[in-house]
Amino acid sequence: MHVAIILLIVTIGTVLFHVLSPWWMAPIASNWHFIDTTIILTFWITGLVFIAILLFMAYCAVRYRHREGRRAAYEPENKKLEIWLTAGTSLGVVALLTPGLFAWSQFNTPPDDALEVEVLGEQWSWSFRHPGEDGALGMASTHRINSGNPFGLDPDDSAGQDDILIHGNELYVLADQPVKFLLRSKDVIHNFKVPQFRAKLDMVPGMVTSFWVVPTRVGEYDILCAELCGVGHYAMRGRIVVVEDEDEYIAWLQTHQTFADSMEPAEPTEPVELEDQLVAEGQRLAEERGCLACHSLDGRAGVGPTWKGLFESTVALVDGSTVVADEDYLKESILEPSAKVTEGFQPIMPAFDFSDEQLDAVIAYIKTLE
Amino acid sequence: MGIFRLLSEKPWTVQASEDAYDGKGATTIPSAMVGLRIFLAIVTVMFLLLTSVYIMRMGLGDWRRLPVPTVLWLNTALLVLSSAGLQWARIGAERGRVDEVRYGLLAGGAFAFAFLVGQLLAWRQLGELGYFAATNPANAFFYLITALHALHLAGGLVAWGRTVIRLRAGLKLDQLRESVDLCTVYWHFLLVVWIALFGLLLVT
Amino acid sequence: MAHSPYDEIETVPPAEVAEEELYHPHSFITRWVFCQDAKVIAIQYAITAMAIGLFALVLSWLMRLQLGFPEQFAFIDPPDYLQLITMHGMIMVIYFLTALLLGGFGNYLIPLMLGARDMVFPYINMLSFWFFFLAVLVLMASMFVPGGATGAGWTLYPPQSILAGTPGSEGGIILMLVSLILFIAGITMGGLNYVVTVLQGRARGMTLMRMPLTIWGIFVASILALFAFPALFVAGVMLLFDMLLGTSFFMPSLVSFGQQMDYDGGSPLLFQHLFWFFGHPEVYIVALPAFGIVSELISVHARKNIFGFRMMVWAIVAIGVLSFVVWAHHMYVSGMNPVFGYFFATTTLIIAIPTAIKVYNWVLTLWRGDIHFTVPMLFAIGFIVTFLNGGISGLFLGNVAVAVPLSDTMFVVAHFHMVMGLAPVLVIFGAIYHWYPLITGRMLDDTIGKTHFWITFLGGYAIFLPLHYLGLMGVPRRYFELQVAQMEFIPQSVETLNAFVTVTALVVGAAQFLFFFNLAWSYFKGKPAGQNPWGATTLEWQTPEVPPSHGNWGSERPVVYRWAYDYSVPGVEQDFIPQNLPPDRLAGDMGRDSPEGRGA
Repeated sequence: MHVAIILLIVTIGTVLFHVLSPWWMAPIASNWHFIDTTIILTFWITGLVFIAILLFMAYCAVRYRHREGRRAAYEPENKKLEIWLTAGTSLGVVALLTPGLFAWSQFNTPPDDALEVEVLGEQWSWSFRHPGEDGALGMASTHRINSGNPFGLDPDDSAGQDDILIHGNELYVLADQPVKFLLRSKDVIHNFKVPQFRAKLDMVPGMVTSFWVVPTRVGEYDILCAELCGVGHYAMRGRIVVVEDEDEYIAWLQTHQTFADSMEPAEPTEPVELEDQLVAEGQRLAEERGCLACHSLDGRAGVGPTWKGLFESTVALVDGSTVVADEDYLKESILEPSAKVTEGFQPIMPAFDFSDEQLDAVIAYIKTLE
Repeated sequence: MGIFRLLSEKPWTVQASEDAYDGKGATTIPSAMVGLRIFLAIVTVMFLLLTSVYIMRMGLGDWRRLPVPTVLWLNTALLVLSSAGLQWARIGAERGRVDEVRYGLLAGGAFAFAFLVGQLLAWRQLGELGYFAATNPANAFFYLITALHALHLAGGLVAWGRTVIRLRAGLKLDQLRESVDLCTVYWHFLLVVWIALFGLLLVT
Repeated sequence: MAHSPYDEIETVPPAEVAEEELYHPHSFITRWVFCQDAKVIAIQYAITAMAIGLFALVLSWLMRLQLGFPEQFAFIDPPDYLQLITMHGMIMVIYFLTALLLGGFGNYLIPLMLGARDMVFPYINMLSFWFFFLAVLVLMASMFVPGGATGAGWTLYPPQSILAGTPGSEGGIILMLVSLILFIAGITMGGLNYVVTVLQGRARGMTLMRMPLTIWGIFVASILALFAFPALFVAGVMLLFDMLLGTSFFMPSLVSFGQQMDYDGGSPLLFQHLFWFFGHPEVYIVALPAFGIVSELISVHARKNIFGFRMMVWAIVAIGVLSFVVWAHHMYVSGMNPVFGYFFATTTLIIAIPTAIKVYNWVLTLWRGDIHFTVPMLFAIGFIVTFLNGGISGLFLGNVAVAVPLSDTMFVVAHFHMVMGLAPVLVIFGAIYHWYPLITGRMLDDTIGKTHFWITFLGGYAIFLPLHYLGLMGVPRRYFELQVAQMEFIPQSVETLNAFVTVTALVVGAAQFLFFFNLAWSYFKGKPAGQNPWGATTLEWQTPEVPPSHGNWGSERPVVYRWAYDYSVPGVEQDFIPQNLPPDRLAGDMGRDSPEGRGA
């Protein structure tokens, strides 16, 4: 008898948990309502089957439990019943599959007026490329990637000159403007995911993959990497900002350089005198070049050691020795990270090809983090 | 009896007379031969998978053909001879001729060794020409496929060695017939696989 | 129509069955270490698999501690976490479930249930275990090389599995691949044995359709293993080439941490296709033996023939065939050609039909049965609930567009833990409670068994049910830390839920020691089982000695007269008829009235 009661409790508990729990799909912010509808439909169909089978089992557990003198029926098969069950199941499967395939076909038919935006993933940060005024993205290739040309764009391709390069893990998009994300990866497989958009796709090195979405709700959303990409996977996050106001969008675009501008030799800048300016520049660099993806500012160890209180502290190294984190040490650790690896961390940091000015800026920034 | 017929039997009522199973083996084929055939099917699946990956990888654009070393033709001939030697041994075993079995086995084994040496030679030639595994996927596949095939042949040579030792120890032909049979089937199979793979290499 | 169900059965006259040469151990070493007796090999497989499974369970505790109480366990850092999930997943799927179900149960049950004296190739059978053992040792060793074990996830996707930035890319991944190759060699030898023994080694009268469903499950699963593992082998060897020789099978041109690598032109998707061509049948390599065993448990303990036996066999065969054409449903968001999505979604949902039929038939076996709520029966019922739940979430994930938001989230984690974690483990426990009396001659303790069951079943369900809803919300898997405070779409309450799941997981994990205690205690103090304590029809319970001795059958192999599910046959006094009981020795009134419900 207690088996039946517990089966009942499991059934009711599951249903109650489904209905009452506060954990549910993040409110949708895109056009993919159809996917949500199909999920709900699947819940209904499968949920009813689940409840029916469990209740039937509970009934059997009471009705057909062993008692003195009870004997089971002998029935090797019951063709009629089996055919009905098979037919019913097939019908249910068709009811699930049809909307599923329909949604899939929509998912793979981007509208013609979609704006193409490139998403470039790398361990463990996001960059974006807007096609600029001509609306076309220039050719790019992994072979051309270097620190001066982080997207690997072809300098001879005219379509690429006005492409706007966006570093720093943040992307603006316009509400109700269909966007087709072209996904590329520099190194390993990542996955571009915004939970509220529902759509997502792997970014595979050596390929360009794509999906489309119409952002429908103004707001800021998290970008997550959804394909295991190494130790910093959990920290590979960005923001996507959906705005309604076109001016705001354009103003944001204008804060970023075009490819052509980025290839201009940097003008010799006057030595910066104000410490604050240097710090601000360092902060900007740290954000743009993805330092903060691994180095926290609040004292927590992330993929790399925290920057908080780092300057002038004593750092234990993997070889057992210790070193004081002075300017020379910090410079060396940026230019050649594998030279002195901090105890407890993996030698995974890439070398950063910073100029002396950039080094000074970043170090000035680190100094402020006490 | 067809598989559908077999599966539609109602075991709680009828005793299917065709399969009045006598417990001596569902077929008259010895278990070792059944095992070998299944194993050959597995190896076939492995090479088929490899071939399909080969063809898919070929379509990715950076494929550069590699020259087929002439020695491979000689190797193919050696493998054919090796198979023929074993076939000779097999027929000898059926006829009960110990000397035919002996010479057949020895010839088959010797040619198989020669084939392996020839394959090594092919590798060296390609290496000297600068066709390393890492330079192009075509080269990588060549080394991978020939290595896997050679490993299977080397495995066969272990079974062959065991048979030869047992023959020298003076075992009766009746006790050896099965081993000779198994070796021969395996050799023919590897010959067919090699011809198919060699054909693939030639065509692409 | 006045005849008994047995009038039609042709009597098979007992005859001398050809005896194969039987292996005989001569010393302690050949009896217990390098032994060729399938029963001993089964125990060796089972102990090794359970030991490493226990280790993987402990790994899951550490993972859960990190997820449930982030920032409080400083000794777990991101690389550790990735190594934990990788080792946990790989061990549980391959080295625990596959090895235990095929190597353990397959070895023990195939010869006994078929009336054979042993496997047809005992020597290869022994080698199979030692290859497995070596694979486990190499796997363990991979944790002690510089850089530690690989943390690439159990799927080992390149490029990341062999690049810096993933733990174990220095050497751990190499040992992992070597260990897998050894495992594949071992399982191939074992699988050949299981398949050929089923084909060739059956007792007189044991037609294929008279085999118990346990054997059907293990048989088809072995065939799947034989033809699926080569794909993993090929993928593993090619990945080793890419890693060690610098070839570009799977490696495209890429820039790893600012450095241009020498790779060019390869396709990471090729690896995924190979991996899942193995990986999906692998699910059924685990599930089919569990399906078979659970059919046995339900039938025996409900004293009723399995409902729709033929349908059950057909479903096993159909699932086996279909499992080779559904693999890319693991790759809906991988960037493969979307056209594949239509095909694989359709095949995947079609495979749900035979699977659903199996569930119906288990439940319908309970219907009008005489249900004894023994510990094995409880585990079987627990299996039906968890498998049903996990199967249902599979309908979400198989349905291409629905899978898009759910893939790579905790929903997937919840799904596969329910369907191929908890469900098969419940079957394994049920099976051990069921067959322990045969293996040792003693019953396992009932009270401990029931306590163990309720904690494991209800606890396990409480762990994995809520995780579905985290996934639905969008919580990704394989995250070292959620950083709930920074993620707008994750409410604070998720931390509470994660803590609850962790505590439950620790309790359920700890409850497994009840089981191990029971195994040890009952071995010495358990109630003597006697012959056939459950009243089962199948041959393994009809051996002249319990536990069965070397050679299983004494002087004469059994002869089979009927199928494996003659429970509560009308007109027969006893509620079961052993498969090897000759018709002329049927006790009681054979009954002159036509039994009801006899399928014609």
